[in-house]
Amino acid sequence: MYVAVKGGERAIDNAHAWLAEERRGDPSVPELSVAQIREQMRLAVNRVMAEGSLFDPDLAALAIKQSRGDLIEAVFLLRAYRTTLPRLASSHPVDTGAMAVDRRISATFKDLPGGQVLGPTFDYTHRLLDFKLAAEGTVPPAPQTATTAAPVPHVMDILNRDGLIEAATPDNTLPPDLTREPMELPAARALRLQAITRGDEGFILSMAYSTQRGYGRTHAFVGELRIGHVAVEVDIPELGFAVEIGEIELSECETVNQFSGSRTQPAQFTRGYGLVFGQSERKAIAMSLVDRALRWQELGEDFTGAPAQDEEFVLMHADNVQATGFLEHIKLPHYVDFQAELELVRRLRADAIALQEAAE
Amino acid sequence: MTWNSRKDWMAVLAKADPARLAALMPDLPAHSFLRSPEVGAVMVQARAGGTGAPFNLGEMTVTRCSVQLTDGPVGHAWVQGRDARHSTHAAIMDALMHTPQAAALGSGVLDVLHREAQAARQARTEKAAATKVDFFTLVRGEDA
Repeated sequence: MYVAVKGGERAIDNAHAWLAEERRGDPSVPELSVAQIREQMRLAVNRVMAEGSLFDPDLAALAIKQSRGDLIEAVFLLRAYRTTLPRLASSHPVDTGAMAVDRRISATFKDLPGGQVLGPTFDYTHRLLDFKLAAEGTVPPAPQTATTAAPVPHVMDILNRDGLIEAATPDNTLPPDLTREPMELPAARALRLQAITRGDEGFILSMAYSTQRGYGRTHAFVGELRIGHVAVEVDIPELGFAVEIGEIELSECETVNQFSGSRTQPAQFTRGYGLVFGQSERKAIAMSLVDRALRWQELGEDFTGAPAQDEEFVLMHADNVQATGFLEHIKLPHYVDFQAELELVRRLRADAIALQEAAE
Repeated sequence: MTWNSRKDWMAVLAKADPARLAALMPDLPAHSFLRSPEVGAVMVQARAGGTGAPFNLGEMTVTRCSVQLTDGPVGHAWVQGRDARHSTHAAIMDALMHTPQAAALGSGVLDVLHREAQAARQARTEKAAATKVDFFTLVRGEDA
């Protein structure tokens, strides 16, 4: 028998009112504005956009405010909002080679056209708490060096010239979209990349780290890491040509990986690819390692049973909205399920005790 | 700069700061909407390895709208974000570029936006250039 039970409305309303009050915190402390979060918590905003799979810094900042800084909750809010939007178009593939780079480094070549550009990085900071930030103050403008913007070629193009690395040959197959069709395994690389770029940063980081520790080792070097802005171009149906509709910030990482060759292919380097919304370089590096680990089959490598090589394991557990939804649902009322289990345990115990007594 | 290509001015308008565009267009001509501002999403595609097969990276918000000026010309806009006024201003500007006011608006609005965008981009490029590493080789023991 199924019995519907109602109740708790007043408790829920009051809980949400208290939530609003707690969210605001001490009213004698000035309230955060969405613009302040957008500008000063930018890396959190980037993470929410990447995992929420929607590039809109204002919305991501609002979601962070609403979620009290719980970034997975913020990702959930952004995903929920996204579902209310009509899909107006798909863009042309962005040209990361034409990126206006803020940062661009290579761990494989010291001297490369365009140079090693550090950009606004935490690298080489001492990781000592800076108590000056506890006081409000103005920041002097960053130094500038007069220069003219020049194209910054991909490092991979340099290796490509000698055929030392596998080529990434353009094609124009329509990519699968996991927001439209349920994910099916085995997944094409395009689907894997979509799943990983919106996957949880912590999960992707740990998967990548596991390959470095030997669970599906891929011997990765960061061939190139670049962060900057690219234009997004869309075909406008009313006009019949493509127009730039805006600019987005991206982090891109390409790894160069050892590959000893196979019966069909001479030895050459292989590649892993990471591309993430915003300045999110840890995620971009991690993504490129996981992408490369998942390519074992097409490259004719052995499956060693490593988690990072297991497409189903990685893709089905990377999404933190799915994961948290299923994880947290077990805190919701399961009174009837549990009652059934309780009955069962009682009956088994009664049977066992009865048998024991009969034996004595 | 002369503005002959619709593709060019639409890009400048789409990437303009909405408040700045509004400030440059204080008086809007009489117009009606063929399509009222509509907020939606565009799926951004990228390529594996930067140049390989395309994949879906994620979506971005966009607003589109189409206007018709009372004296005839039609203008369209697709702009990043969710600002209805931004798309309206951009569409009206697009329509006005098909009128005799085009030359005046080219220098009074588009040139200004273009110049400011270039200046902002140049400033970032110069900040990045200031963080470029100059390697120098230390004197090696055996050379001394």
